[in-house]
Amino acid sequence: MPGFLDNIKSIFEFFGEQSNSNRVNRLSKVFSGLANKSRKALIPFITAGDPNPGVTVQLMHQLVKSGSDIIELGIPFSDPMADGPTIQRSSERALKYHVSLNDVLDMVAEFRKTDTHTPVVLMGYANPVEAMGHEAFAAKANQCGVDGILIVDYPPEESEGWVQCLETYHIDAIFLLSPTTPQARVEQVAKLAKGYVYYVSLKGVTGAAHLDLQDVKSMLSRLREHVSIPIGVGFGIRDGATAKAVADLADAVVVGSRIIEEIEKSTESELLENVGNLVTTLRVAIDGSDGTMQ
Amino acid sequence: MSVYDLPSQDGHFGPYGGIFVAETLISALDDLRKQYEFYRDDTDFKNEFAYELKHYVGRPSPIYHAKRWSEHLGGAQILLKREDLNHTGAHKVNNTIGQALLARRMGKKRVIAETGAGQHGVATATVAARYGMECVVYMGSEDVRRQATNVYRMKLLGATVIPVESGSKTLKDALNEAMRDWVTNVENTFYIIGTVAGPHPYPMMVRDFQSIIGIEAKRQMMEDFNRQPDALIACVGGGSNAIGLFYPYIDETAVRLIGVEAAGKGIDTNQHAATLTMGKPGVLHGNRTYLIQDEHGQIIETHSISAGLDYPGVGPEHAWLKDCGRAEYVAITDDEALQAFHALCRFEGIMPALESSHALAYAAKYAPTLPKDKLLLINLSGRGDKDMATVAQLSGLSL
Repeated sequence: MPGFLDNIKSIFEFFGEQSNSNRVNRLSKVFSGLANKSRKALIPFITAGDPNPGVTVQLMHQLVKSGSDIIELGIPFSDPMADGPTIQRSSERALKYHVSLNDVLDMVAEFRKTDTHTPVVLMGYANPVEAMGHEAFAAKANQCGVDGILIVDYPPEESEGWVQCLETYHIDAIFLLSPTTPQARVEQVAKLAKGYVYYVSLKGVTGAAHLDLQDVKSMLSRLREHVSIPIGVGFGIRDGATAKAVADLADAVVVGSRIIEEIEKSTESELLENVGNLVTTLRVAIDGSDGTMQ
Repeated sequence: MSVYDLPSQDGHFGPYGGIFVAETLISALDDLRKQYEFYRDDTDFKNEFAYELKHYVGRPSPIYHAKRWSEHLGGAQILLKREDLNHTGAHKVNNTIGQALLARRMGKKRVIAETGAGQHGVATATVAARYGMECVVYMGSEDVRRQATNVYRMKLLGATVIPVESGSKTLKDALNEAMRDWVTNVENTFYIIGTVAGPHPYPMMVRDFQSIIGIEAKRQMMEDFNRQPDALIACVGGGSNAIGLFYPYIDETAVRLIGVEAAGKGIDTNQHAATLTMGKPGVLHGNRTYLIQDEHGQIIETHSISAGLDYPGVGPEHAWLKDCGRAEYVAITDDEALQAFHALCRFEGIMPALESSHALAYAAKYAPTLPKDKLLLINLSGRGDKDMATVAQLSGLSL
């Protein structure tokens, strides 16, 4: 009997290892691949279910085709406190179709059927995850091929159980750092964070207008004293020029509101093309910044 | 017996409360907590707060024995803690004065607030005028329409009222918008939250400022009745007037604590705001607490005849007092509250706020089941002048 149990165990371990090694590596694989080529990651953000649930998976593939390295997929929430009006509207459009966290995970699983290499990071607010339950969420997210998750209103001090649960299921806990984060706290966040950290470069909400590059520059060198994983910068990136400027400083450029605006002003028939063109523009600009594509 | 000493250092009431906010707000909240923890024990601060409560607000507010109504109900004696007699007509000003004094000491020249019916907005605009601060009030555009008089009141007091068009265009959306303003302008701006919700230290700080209600009541009960009441009854939206009365009584276990939520059109309908009665725990607006939400964790719009109770969350300390059994929470419908509103007008010549009418309505149900020597202390948290248009409309009149 012990032999039998051991066999079963090793079979589980075999599959576990398999899926885990795929999963753990997807984000770090992308970042190390880019680093080898001295390139920077482009991370677009879209809200799952915006403008309708049917188009999300197609849109994800389009993002990849147009040069995205990682996809941030927003979980719609009724009260997105940390977001500006643009991303709130995207949540509202998705919620008209009652897109739930379960639906979002199903979309990732659908995406994974034909794309096994592009990391998918979920972004959202605590309550949908609380309603589903940490364990149930992490188990399903693991199955569906989610690589990381950032819950905006789970700061490190409220995240102990959450981070442990994600670790068990090999999902990276992504954390935010901001211009107001004191140095001691950077150190604390650096210890918990996996995958990459997301530096929000403006005080304010998503979609705000301006970006102070000098500020970003001095802040990033301060962050790098403690943070050894890649640093993505988001908030305030509006066009090729700002994307390129940020790519010169950071490991990854996160673009959210600008893409949502494109979705908002496109008719259904031109949606994929318009978003694709925008992402291509950003890609070309970013790659231009290190000279390899010029 | 152990002495009640919540919240914990990190702002938790059992599993509730905490600091569930984006990184951008963490250092501002940390700074606020440190400053508050310093000034709450500072003699100058305490003296100034006490002076303002006495001379500007008109405290202490009396306890009034509603003898005619008690007789009519035929049971326990109804005692009213008269917060309706405060300057601006409700308990809200106790808190806005405390936070404005703190804002001044922290060098913040601009205050912002969210408001539903406009009571907290008016109380904030009032103290901003009193201390010469810039004041911006966020209010759902739906509420701006429904509460035109209070909007005008705020403007007269020099505040800028910004209608919020997002989401359900009500209190919760105003709160979202105020948070966004704070994140953006955190260096010169103090966010005056109006209830015992939000991230730590707000639930603790607002409770402390409001606990003057219970501190006075305890003393007045001994002076006037030579004993403490058998039960305290207060309405609960976010729960600041209730916690203000309950908090000094938490260790007095012989006194029952009864919170009254808004059952709207009935808790078996989807049009109510009875968060503790019908909701389940989750995270919203910076704290873990009971919420009215759907099975997927989306926040559901609530309904109450009283705008001040029309909120899908509730203060985390109430969530804890419910779970640990120290306080009980019941729900009263729109119709029951309206009956109590009229009863107090006719029997006592006091026009209560529709919020407070929920507490009165429960007292009207409970008192007749008790002998005449029992004492119920109801927090009459606000006066009803602001609700006259609503009440008239329900009676088919327009003013």
